[in-house]
Amino acid sequence: MSADGEAAVAAVERVAERLERERDYLTELDSAIGDADHGGNMARGWASAAEAVRELDDPDPATVAKATGRTLMSEVGGASGPLYGGSLVFASVELDDGLTPESAVAFAETYLEKVRDRGDASVGDQTMVDALVPLVHTFKKSIEVDGLPPVVALAKAVDAAERGAAFTVPIRARKGRASYLGWRSVGHKDPGATSTLFVAESLLETARDRLDATVAPDLDATSPTVPEEGATEG
Amino acid sequence: MKKLINDPDDVVDEMLDGMVAAHPDRLRRLSDTQVVVRTDAPLDEVGVVSGGGSGHEPTHAGYIGDGMLDGAAAGDVFSSPTADEFEALVDACDGGEGVLAVVKNYEGDVMNFETAIELAEMEGAEVATVVVNDDVAVEDSLYTSGRRGVCGTILVHKAAGAKAAEGADLADVQRVGQKVVDNVGTMGMALTSCVTPEKGEPTFDLGDEEIELGIGIHGEPGTERTGTMSADEVTDELTESVLADLDLDEDQEVLTIVNGMGGTPQMELFVVNRRLQELLDERGLDTWDAWVGDYMTSLDMAGCSITVCAVDDELKELLAAPADTPALTVR
Repeated sequence: MSADGEAAVAAVERVAERLERERDYLTELDSAIGDADHGGNMARGWASAAEAVRELDDPDPATVAKATGRTLMSEVGGASGPLYGGSLVFASVELDDGLTPESAVAFAETYLEKVRDRGDASVGDQTMVDALVPLVHTFKKSIEVDGLPPVVALAKAVDAAERGAAFTVPIRARKGRASYLGWRSVGHKDPGATSTLFVAESLLETARDRLDATVAPDLDATSPTVPEEGATEG
Repeated sequence: MKKLINDPDDVVDEMLDGMVAAHPDRLRRLSDTQVVVRTDAPLDEVGVVSGGGSGHEPTHAGYIGDGMLDGAAAGDVFSSPTADEFEALVDACDGGEGVLAVVKNYEGDVMNFETAIELAEMEGAEVATVVVNDDVAVEDSLYTSGRRGVCGTILVHKAAGAKAAEGADLADVQRVGQKVVDNVGTMGMALTSCVTPEKGEPTFDLGDEEIELGIGIHGEPGTERTGTMSADEVTDELTESVLADLDLDEDQEVLTIVNGMGGTPQMELFVVNRRLQELLDERGLDTWDAWVGDYMTSLDMAGCSITVCAVDDELKELLAAPADTPALTVR
């Protein structure tokens, strides 16, 4: 197994462990504004995905991402199936030629693009897009403009996503099931933005483990935690 | 609540097996899926497919057969099929001439179907979509952005299926499907809540002296909860709302459907149809055909919906063309 393939499998396993721990918390968030199945769906879906990627012969990052997406599509159901799973399958093709800083950025951008297309949501609609846009934009900028090492770029991106997820609390849902609540959705953290953050954090932990990163990311440095675009959309 | 089921987890699977066992000459299941297709799929013509949550029987698999659908994916009760099930459906019904996907406008159905279509297109399939949004009751709902797709969907299946059977190309099959969508309106009402197998109790409370107008096919909220009304009063309310939305010229020919929600006797549906036809007559509209029965149900919900579809010569020909399916036969 290639080192990158091994890391990809480890990342999926780590996400599955994290979401199993967060099962009740995500369901609690979802019961406030949705149909109370996000925790169970995500935990079950990623557990199946971890099982699926462990069974792959000689996996590489692209096949791991694709198998994970396929499994989520069939196991998660509802809107989260196509949003998480379908987007991952489409984004996986960006890793076909291996995992590099450039292909990782392309992967993240395609994933974001598919989620936005499918959900038709913008920043400020109280959806997973609120965590995903700052995550992807910060990652891209940190790699392409600031030239930071990938693990540092990912740490900055996770920090931005955390603020993005927190940003869903004071705003009103305009897309997804919660939008039906209108103003009653204010004050609730979006479950999809929260699970997106947990996935990103798990990827970061895997990357840190693997690279045995000695450089502590300087999170105080200026990072574009405010989305570069979209804030006034919708 | 008493139910004739075994385990709620097995109800869809066992229902599909039972449907196929009742029509082994017409229907087959794709293994390891909840997808049902014609025994002879794929045909050498445009495939027409649909799908959605279970609990709306005979929608969808009941409309598989000559002149209508080539296949359908069944989700769990009131839940969309997953994208990989839709993908398997499209794949099984693609005979090389392309596939038309008829999608009801519910968020999960639309997202899962879109994902499936995009994946199928990556593999070289040609897929077109018609999104049905005939419910005139509410603009946005618990399950949708925009109007819900309800009983008018059956007419899209019928027209598109007939066009495909003529050997038309994908664009033309899609065009007639969209033509139905552009000319159809529906509104429903409930006398009682439905009871899902999993929950085993009513999904919403409706008092003995209450009814709900403008309800969707999952028992999601409608436009108005009111005291009980006579059959004629209910028919007036539903018909007025549908006609106001369609805004038809006098002498326009229409097809009507009085659809039962699963728990209403034929007797009551015919009573409603009687009043519906009186109203159309008063309006100077010309009923070309009137369907009465359980076409798109909501489990055991008592209630009905009224559908009106304006028809021209082309739609009349397609809607009257032969169809041979478990739930609808036109000779």
